[in-house]
Amino acid sequence: MVPSSLRISKLSKRFGDFVALAPTSLDVGKGEFLTLLGPSGSGKTTLLSLIAGLARPDEGRILIDDADVTHSPAYERDIGVVFQNYALFPHMSVEDNIAFPLKMRKMSDAEARKRTMEALETVRLPHVAKRYPRELSGGQQQRIALARCIVYRPAIILMDEPLGALDKKLRDQMQLEIKRIHRELRTTIVYVTHDQEEAMTMSDRICLMNSGTIEQLGTPEDLYFRPRSVFVADFLGESNLLSATVRDVDADGLDIVLTHQQAGSRAVGNGARFTAGEPIKVMVRPQNLHVESATTGAGGLTGRLVDVMISGSLTRLYIAPETAGLPQLVAAYPTRSSLVPHEIGQLVSVGWNPSDAVAIGDSGGH
Amino acid sequence: MGGPLALLLVCFLVYPVGQLLLLSVQNDSGFTLAQYRQLFASSVYVDVLLITLKISLVTTLVCVVTGYPIAYLISIVGKDRKARLLFFVLLSFWTSFLVRAFAWVVLLGRNGVINKLLLSLGIVSTPASLLYNFGSVLVGMVNALLPLAVLTMLSVMENIDRNLPRAAATLGAGPGMAFWKIYFPLSLPGVAAAGIMVFVTAIGFFIVPALLGGRRETMITQLIIDQIQQTMNWGFAGAISVLLLLVVLVVFAAYDRLLGLSTMTGAATARKAVPSRLSGPIQKGGDTLLTLLGSLFDGIIDLLPSRKRDRNPDQPGLGLQMFVWAMLLVISLPTLLMIPLSFGNGGLNWPPQGFTLHWYETVLVSPLWTQALLRSLMVGIGTGLLAMLVGTPAAFLLVRSEIPGKAAWLAFILSPIVVPRMIIAVGLFYVFARIGLVGSAFGLILGHTVVAVPYVVMTMMAVLRNYDTRLDLAAQSLGARPFATLRHITFPILGAGMMSSFLFAFATSFDELTIALFATGGLNATLPKQFWDEVTLQVSPVIAAVSTCLFVFMGLLIFVAEHLRRRAAAR
Ligand SMILES: Nc1ncnc2c1ncn2[C@@H]1O[C@H](COP(=O)(O)OP(=O)(O)OP(=O)(O)O)[C@@H](O)[C@H]1O
Ligand SMILES: [Mg+2]
Repeated sequence: MVPSSLRISKLSKRFGDFVALAPTSLDVGKGEFLTLLGPSGSGKTTLLSLIAGLARPDEGRILIDDADVTHSPAYERDIGVVFQNYALFPHMSVEDNIAFPLKMRKMSDAEARKRTMEALETVRLPHVAKRYPRELSGGQQQRIALARCIVYRPAIILMDEPLGALDKKLRDQMQLEIKRIHRELRTTIVYVTHDQEEAMTMSDRICLMNSGTIEQLGTPEDLYFRPRSVFVADFLGESNLLSATVRDVDADGLDIVLTHQQAGSRAVGNGARFTAGEPIKVMVRPQNLHVESATTGAGGLTGRLVDVMISGSLTRLYIAPETAGLPQLVAAYPTRSSLVPHEIGQLVSVGWNPSDAVAIGDSGGH
Repeated sequence: MGGPLALLLVCFLVYPVGQLLLLSVQNDSGFTLAQYRQLFASSVYVDVLLITLKISLVTTLVCVVTGYPIAYLISIVGKDRKARLLFFVLLSFWTSFLVRAFAWVVLLGRNGVINKLLLSLGIVSTPASLLYNFGSVLVGMVNALLPLAVLTMLSVMENIDRNLPRAAATLGAGPGMAFWKIYFPLSLPGVAAAGIMVFVTAIGFFIVPALLGGRRETMITQLIIDQIQQTMNWGFAGAISVLLLLVVLVVFAAYDRLLGLSTMTGAATARKAVPSRLSGPIQKGGDTLLTLLGSLFDGIIDLLPSRKRDRNPDQPGLGLQMFVWAMLLVISLPTLLMIPLSFGNGGLNWPPQGFTLHWYETVLVSPLWTQALLRSLMVGIGTGLLAMLVGTPAAFLLVRSEIPGKAAWLAFILSPIVVPRMIIAVGLFYVFARIGLVGSAFGLILGHTVVAVPYVVMTMMAVLRNYDTRLDLAAQSLGARPFATLRHITFPILGAGMMSSFLFAFATSFDELTIALFATGGLNATLPKQFWDEVTLQVSPVIAAVSTCLFVFMGLLIFVAEHLRRRAAAR
């Protein structure tokens, strides 16, 4: 187990009566890239500012490298923050911006200049040193904000939606850049985004938040393939969710009864404990749904093709099940010129491999 | 944090004005209406009131109508041309009312430029008497208040989305229609705000009618001055003040009923632009009128040769540009003409003759002038500092925290702008006389701070609104302690804004005459007071020399202030 760099225990924050962060505990390992993911208003920024010391928690403790910093002001924590709007100082040149934290740490001018240039090299912008922030493009400002943060080598870097303002292409490029810098410096990074793809590509672990609580914490695979709740399943990519009841639980998985057809089937667990008779949801990811042309009267689950959408490398098929009360289903195939049924209105049968069906507790929660 | 400001305003605005109003209904034995009986006993005072209203109304009308195209042009041209146009408006705005009025006295005099021009063109054979009539007063008033009208309208026009008229064009509206049906209604709040600001200022004016008007152009504030300076009749001065204040209040009430006072302050104007309270028929009538105007203009444009029609709709027409430059010339030229006259030895007759520094020498060796200058500088700096000291915390409070009744606070803080200056001045004189502050620099600083502080609060509020507090957080996260944050981040960024609001307060005080008229107590004159004393005594080239100095000084100040403002805005 990697030693933890940041440890949060039972941290909470209220604004008046409103609970922005319910008591939350979280461990971040040394050198880990942890992403806080969640819908708008779920408390990501709140948690981040508590860690940075820019807001005071109501309860709980924060430890950085095992030192309690709960009550230390921001400027005494060994933390770097990259703000969403970059927060570059408009009256200082790029160079002065980057040297600012070094100056605050009373570093000698020569050393500061050397480190500043190194940081600029790292973000690959050595030629803009003399410019002012307003003379930079959005992507460049972003990198300077990053440089200003890495220059004093803080133990932890916090980033609040650093790529939010950039266009798609630049965002992809910056994602790679941030990953590269993370690899090179091995700093612990806590990264905030509400873009699930970004979270999946970049993180060692994802902490999915919802209305001030942690919904699930785990690797991207964990969250994608073994979501603990319907909310998680929905938030990370598309999913098909069908109601079912647990009949039996064994070592390999669960025996279930799918509500819509009263037929027995199998599903794998998501790590949670299930009991016989419990109502659950069964999740099948679109790429695991098999769709075939069918004739009327065919057994199993059938439906009509209502829409076919090609988005780049994937083709999505939307299917309206013939059984009443079932939600619309979606299947995804690699885009090819033929192969899958594609005529709108066509009758199709839908199936899946039991090992691709994941049981999720239907606690009625979110 | 707003405490000091509230205290200042209560002590030196509310209390003095209240005292003055009380004096109008009090005599030795108690309550009396005698003053008001005297006020309405003859038609003299009512006539003066009517004349005042007439002059103010016509001035307002002319200022708004001629100011509109100027503001419009400034709002649509590119950055460089805008700076150039704005410079002339600002120069005129900041040039002392005294200097501008005096320049017109010289210009319109028997041997002034205009008469010389008319003679040489053979339009008249003997010099015409152009001064001391309604026309000359109107010219002076418009020159005095046009910059205010332009700047007020400009603040609204700059917030109008330039894409709206364009969108209208894509929807099939011709340029005329797009202007009258889209742009014009959106700019109306600016027109209304300019109208009321000009009217309220005009109604309390005395410099222009005193210098450029005859007996038949006496305005109501001049009566107040007479009552105090000649007979020390506080009660009657109070009664006239009540009358003046009532008129202003009625105007504001009418404005509020029609448009809502909220349209007066700030950027909210452009967003909810359409005057909401115009009732059905008025609005409908207005709408029809605008449609008519729109189609009329489009009709005219259709008649033009097609080459002209195709010009870029965003390019201002030549006619508009010429009109605007002509107007700017009219408001700047008189003061500029003072410069050659101040170096001539032919008196104030046009054209200037010879070259002499005599008049400047006279000013420099005269202890009256030099002491007045020193005193003005001192009072100005004192006012700037005090206004910043009490105004900045109040601005912080209004911007950064949620306090109940914010709008009411703002209205209270801005009230020194709308209460006629003369009433504040007389009230302060009365209070100062009783606590022995008449003739003291401290008293003047207090008085000037009362009238300068609204500007400080407004500019500081704008500056603070634009300040991104996340920069402070960023600095802290980078290791800066609170004091270092203040020193390296907050202060340098706010600095330019603070400096320019200081300059604003300084300039307000430096040019202030009304309060100085009384509160200096005849001794220890400030520069404007000295100017006033001289100019009402005799019109001499010495005044032209002083005017030139003031003009150059103010020009420098604007330059510095503009530079600072732009440096702050560039971020
Ligand atoms: N200063 C504050 N006063 C009152 N409520 C606040 C304050 N700051 C945040 N909140 C509330 O706390 C909740 C969490 O806010 P937070 O900024 O942490 O959300 P977030 O997850 O960062 O959302 P986003 O993705 O939109 O940035 C929100 O409902 C927000 O309205
Ligand atoms: Mg946020």
